[in-house]
Amino acid sequence: MSQQVQHKSRYDADDRGYFGGTWGGRFMPEALVAALDELTDAWHEAMADTAFVDEFERVLRDYAGTPSRLYHAERLSKKVGARVLLKREDLNHTGAHKIRNVMGQALLTKRMGKTRVIAETGAGQHGVASATAAAYFDLDCTVYMGAVDTRRQALNVARMQLLGAKVIPVESGSATLKDAINEALRDWVASVDHTAYLFGTAAGPHPFPSMVRDFCRGIGDEARAQCLEQYGVLPDAVAACVGGGSNAIGIFTAFLEDEGVEIHGFEPGGDGVETGRHAATIHAGEAGVLHGARTYVLQDEDGQTVESHSISAGLDYPGVGPQHSLLAATGRATYTPVTDAEAMDAMALLSRTEGIIPAIESAHAIHGAIELAKRLGQEKGPDATIIVNLSGRGDKDMGTAIEWFGLGHAEEGPEADLDQTETVTQQ
Amino acid sequence: MTSTSTAFEKARAEGRAALIGYLPAGYPTVDGSIRAMQVMVEAGCDAIEIGLPYSDPVMDGPTIQAAAQAALDGGVRTADVLRVVEAVAATGVPTLVMTYWNPIERYGVERWATDLAAAGGAGMITPDITPDHGAEWIAAADAHDLDKVFLVAPSSTDDRITMTAQESRGFVYAAAVMGVTGAREATSDLAGPLVQRVRASGDVPVAVGIGVSNGDQAAEVAAFADGVIVGSAFVRALLDHPDDEAAGLEALRALTADLAEGVRRAAR
Repeated sequence: MSQQVQHKSRYDADDRGYFGGTWGGRFMPEALVAALDELTDAWHEAMADTAFVDEFERVLRDYAGTPSRLYHAERLSKKVGARVLLKREDLNHTGAHKIRNVMGQALLTKRMGKTRVIAETGAGQHGVASATAAAYFDLDCTVYMGAVDTRRQALNVARMQLLGAKVIPVESGSATLKDAINEALRDWVASVDHTAYLFGTAAGPHPFPSMVRDFCRGIGDEARAQCLEQYGVLPDAVAACVGGGSNAIGIFTAFLEDEGVEIHGFEPGGDGVETGRHAATIHAGEAGVLHGARTYVLQDEDGQTVESHSISAGLDYPGVGPQHSLLAATGRATYTPVTDAEAMDAMALLSRTEGIIPAIESAHAIHGAIELAKRLGQEKGPDATIIVNLSGRGDKDMGTAIEWFGLGHAEEGPEADLDQTETVTQQ
Repeated sequence: MTSTSTAFEKARAEGRAALIGYLPAGYPTVDGSIRAMQVMVEAGCDAIEIGLPYSDPVMDGPTIQAAAQAALDGGVRTADVLRVVEAVAATGVPTLVMTYWNPIERYGVERWATDLAAAGGAGMITPDITPDHGAEWIAAADAHDLDKVFLVAPSSTDDRITMTAQESRGFVYAAAVMGVTGAREATSDLAGPLVQRVRASGDVPVAVGIGVSNGDQAAEVAAFADGVIVGSAFVRALLDHPDDEAAGLEALRALTADLAEGVRRAAR
């Protein structure tokens, strides 16, 4: 195996994929090990090849629209008493941070000479991004999506199909994201000689947690430089939502060694952790092995995976990337659940105060950032600075928003619900 | 406990390959699965693999998934699997558990090894643990004298085959195809060369699994392997008779007899 080129920190995985000696690893069928080794070598070689790195940066810049802006949300900041900066990943091509990961993995697929990609998707954002990358790089694309999610996110199914991808609904298990991953792995075992698995988050077997992190870390690298350049300071806190955790690890990585910067992940609290209907894996799960990595898992006494719940399909996953498990276990990052209701309030609030409709995933981070801003504003004054990763836009979630807020009927109007929202978050 | 090597020794003495049958514990019920495995032993299986049903079985095709999910829906627990082990091991044939890793980690690896050995289990087959990520299991298996069966695949490098053969005890499970469990129409032409590569790495017996569903296929595989592993076809026999246990057991008996005849027919 080739040498890891980048400097390793205490938060990075060792050569076998273990973070902190414990989390992560590769609990996988032998049939896939050769492919995972091949991928690991190809990724290391590519990251050491300036031609690859330059091409990745060029594609992200010219095609995906990075670097994304770091935007001072002034009205929101005034409301909460501290400076809230939004990392506008929602403005990337395809509307989320996920384009960074798929363009990196698809570029690597081309380099490895493979002709087909497969992907799993929950909300459909990673599926859309994968279908987009496949179109851009002229690769065949098959996306596995839980049957429940295909119904929740029909618009994204149509987008993938329009982009030329085949979408296969997965009926097994709970018919959601975890089962889509199982089915994609089953496909890969049989197709591995010509197919690359574009894993959608910084989880799964080594090298995916580290490789996906590398392709997403531009979010934090950019945000850190932008914050220093625009405000002359590092932020007091960085916030992101955590499902599998790719957008979160993408923005966290640049700040891990900045000890004065608080790092906060916000997990999907669903109906409330106490109800059992949630996906707050770190907050309420226990160490185990899921999808090839040792990490926090929502599981029962026998180690069977427990079905998760979140209003946001993109966060509805009973595992979490193993590097987050390390960051939680070491205390470097704090993970807090945010309920469906809190996230939806934050979605409405950001829409009204900034004219930005966030993805419900990102709305979890917005809620968390508002709470942080209130505390930090009191502790440090109005110049206290919070960067929140606005990881995706909310267009895909309008169906859920219509149902939640009772929107879409011109004669009734949304006034009552949204006003109530503002009082709640303003208190 | 009867170690798995006795099954291979017996078969070798008779100049044939061993027949290893798989069913998940708890399908259609815990007691029903015990009766089914007892029938497989009576009708000619030399060793039994008991599947521990798991919520996320990435190496299994639709047939085994369906039975395992039904077992979970029926409330099967890890402790029930040990009860099945005890009942099947009492027949005298080597009895192994085939399981994904998380239920074992959750149960406690050392506690599991203790209880599996106490139940008379011969060892464990681990589809999502390779020896290089299985130190904890290897230590527990060695301490309790349990067989540790690891898998090789057509994609395995020679170095990995050597490592796997050296770390395995009981037998090496050679996955005949690149794919998940399930019956196939034709036997794989990848299996023969894979068995040869494992043989070159040591003395441990090599059994071939995935895709074998009838006596003719068993005969083909038995011509070059030490053992023939059949899973989905047995599960299918039960799934096809959901409301008639007697008919399911008859189908299982007939299939076992066909396969047992197959491993004896092979030209070796």
